[in-house]
Amino acid sequence: MPTNQPPVVRVSHLSKRFGAHAVVQDVSFELAAGETLVLLGPSGCGKTTLLKMLNRLIEPDGGTVEINGRDILAQRPELLRRGIGYVIQQVGLLPHYTVAENIAVVPRLLGHAPAAIADRTAALLTRLHLPPARYAGQLPHQLSGGQQQRVGLARALAADPPIILLDEPFGALDPLTRASIRREFRELEELRSKTIVLVTHDVTEAFELADRILLLDAGQTQQLGTPRELLFRPANDFVRRFFAAERLALQLRTLTLEDVFSEMRHSNAADASRRDSDNFATQTTVNEALEALTSTDTAPAFSFTVAELMAAFGQALQREEDAWKR
Amino acid sequence: METLGALLTFWREQAGKLGEQTLQHIGLTAVSLLLAVLLGVPVGLWLSRRPRWAPVVLGLAGVLQTVPSIALLGFLIPLLGIGPKPAIFALFLYSLLPIIRNTLAGIQGVAPAVVEAARGLGLTDGQVLRRVELPLALPVLMAGIRTATVINVGVATLAAYVAAGGLGEFIFGGIALNNPAMILAGALPAAGLALAFDAALGAVQRLSARRLGRVGVGLLVALPLLGALYLLPRASGKLLAGFSPEFVGRADGLPSLTKTYGLTRLPSVVLAPALVYEAARNANVDVIDGYSTDGRIRAYNLRVLHDDRRVFPPYYAVPVVRPALLRQHPELAPVLALLDGQISDSVMTSLNYRADYLHQSPQVIAEAFLRRRGLWRAPRPAVPGAPVVRLGSKIFAEQYILAEMYAALIRGNTDLAVQTKTGLGGTTICFEALRDGAIDMYPEYTGTGLLVLLQPTPAVVDSLSGQPDAVLRYVRAEFRRRYNLEWLAPLGFNNTYALLMRQRQAQRLGIASVSDLSGYLHQ
Repeated sequence: MPTNQPPVVRVSHLSKRFGAHAVVQDVSFELAAGETLVLLGPSGCGKTTLLKMLNRLIEPDGGTVEINGRDILAQRPELLRRGIGYVIQQVGLLPHYTVAENIAVVPRLLGHAPAAIADRTAALLTRLHLPPARYAGQLPHQLSGGQQQRVGLARALAADPPIILLDEPFGALDPLTRASIRREFRELEELRSKTIVLVTHDVTEAFELADRILLLDAGQTQQLGTPRELLFRPANDFVRRFFAAERLALQLRTLTLEDVFSEMRHSNAADASRRDSDNFATQTTVNEALEALTSTDTAPAFSFTVAELMAAFGQALQREEDAWKR
Repeated sequence: METLGALLTFWREQAGKLGEQTLQHIGLTAVSLLLAVLLGVPVGLWLSRRPRWAPVVLGLAGVLQTVPSIALLGFLIPLLGIGPKPAIFALFLYSLLPIIRNTLAGIQGVAPAVVEAARGLGLTDGQVLRRVELPLALPVLMAGIRTATVINVGVATLAAYVAAGGLGEFIFGGIALNNPAMILAGALPAAGLALAFDAALGAVQRLSARRLGRVGVGLLVALPLLGALYLLPRASGKLLAGFSPEFVGRADGLPSLTKTYGLTRLPSVVLAPALVYEAARNANVDVIDGYSTDGRIRAYNLRVLHDDRRVFPPYYAVPVVRPALLRQHPELAPVLALLDGQISDSVMTSLNYRADYLHQSPQVIAEAFLRRRGLWRAPRPAVPGAPVVRLGSKIFAEQYILAEMYAALIRGNTDLAVQTKTGLGGTTICFEALRDGAIDMYPEYTGTGLLVLLQPTPAVVDSLSGQPDAVLRYVRAEFRRRYNLEWLAPLGFNNTYALLMRQRQAQRLGIASVSDLSGYLHQ
């Protein structure tokens, strides 16, 4: 989402080597306020190192990171980090602190008033479906993995930092829990306005959450763009191969009804009236529409059949291919 | 049951001493532990930041741990003297390894993710250490302190060897006197202390990390207080005595000395027999117990206080022989009699000094002595098939020297062959060898013959009242009657217990006898 405001995060020519091994090489990107960037790539591609250089858990060998126009090397690392939410795969809740105390760590460091901290903690727990009356006083080991990760998220959000860094936040969870937390994450009002950098190796997750994806391999940027650009306009062979296995699934998740039925909408005016009667939002993905059509318990509320949808989907894919070839 | 009764009696009689020793024991343990925590925890923390050094430092601490405690104290005495300093330092060294290792293990045991998350949240390095790593490492750290404590309570018994007090005083006194009740009197409270500390620290360890932090701080405050127990005023006086455990416990040692001379104002510490002389020499103590012919009396310029009221039983050296030897070789009797009354206390002291400090061989010392006295004759040429006289001795220099003297006299004055069987161990072994005919003679002491071999009733011992002649008459008659062994004439010196002082100090204070000492103390 391009804006006229200066970027919140500006990374220029960032490099890091561990010994002889170049982990991150000459990576640059800019993030606008409220944007979600996913750092994607195979294991060992340098995405976590790149993330940790943003809050100085790792110091770069070369290049600069500016946050809100200030070079982060000019700030004390602790103070920098208190202004950036941080969530990791292993959660890392302090085992000797209660849930409430874990969430209160950063607000306390920042000297917020105790009453305000208590209110904020309770509000966050409620929003993350952990009723404070029951959970605030518990210790981390009493929680399930999913609950722990929710507390980890609440802790990162507690001081309302404008930027959140997440390192494989859902990686350690079982698939069902992962899916439900990811949904919560996507729908969390708190996160809408945040500038987010998220590391994952899960392609589906990246497509679900990203405004833009930075695909890395061997520490080098392979492509930076929207999910759709990476899928339909791969910059090189690596990018193409990286998505090959899940290509169809990703296409189903990426293309919306608006994309698929754009021909009809432009050619057939009657569709407009028909669409109004549909339970039909233009941003609904083909995948979601398919699920609704094939579900058994609710009657399909669409004015098209599976066959019509798939035909239109096929044509849309063809259009994308043609556009790419031109 | 008998031992139990004796134990309870002992405790009742020595209740004051038991209390004092227990407090000293706790004090020693606490002070050394405090020092070890103050050094060990920071070292452990430092190692957690510089793991490359861990093998070196832990290896070093491990080597210290393997040095036997007695040997460690031995190394420390030349550096730190005697008293609490070497004891505390040794205990401190023993505590280091478990504390350093557990501090390091505790910090390393904190999940890296927790530390990373804490840093990621914006905690400073100091905050990560204080709020995250230390609280989480504390249970393991406490386990290390617990181990160190239990080790220390045990090793602290050895403090009694260096005049640092503690429950070891009873234990070593009991060992020296072969008195099980006395050993238990010190060992049981020491074991009880170890169990109590272990249980208390175990309970602390099970507390939640949050409360453990507070208790840990409380413990750091409590340790110096417990350590201060050691500094409770001990009896003080004009002079300080240092006694070996055996001397303190034996009826004919300190107890009868105190009773007879009224030495009530002489505060004393207990230390290892081997260190008593060193302590006097270095002026750590002023009065010690010793043996009246010990070579160190001369080496360290000490004065033997005259036992004017005859508290210590006479231990005059006398050759004991099988009568058959003299019957078969009548020419031997005058030869053996050549040494009668020839060796005074001071002469024997000098001879021992040559052996123990100048490291001359007993043979050389014996020959030099005989030459000075005009008794030396070159050995006669060996006669094939000549009968052999077998001379025995116990394993210490004085006995070796005496055996060599007799050997030289027999070789120079008779045609008999001589075989010396030196180093027959203690009294009992020599005595049995003589009875069995494995040896023909050895030098024995009248007091030993009386108290160790004959063991008459206390009434008999009292009736002899320490008179040298009476004792010799009694042992001679009893040996003849019971064992058919003959005590010849005394050599002249009396190797008995003695109180010793530094020559210069004794001279300055005008103390020549134990009565003088008592008088000085009561001035």
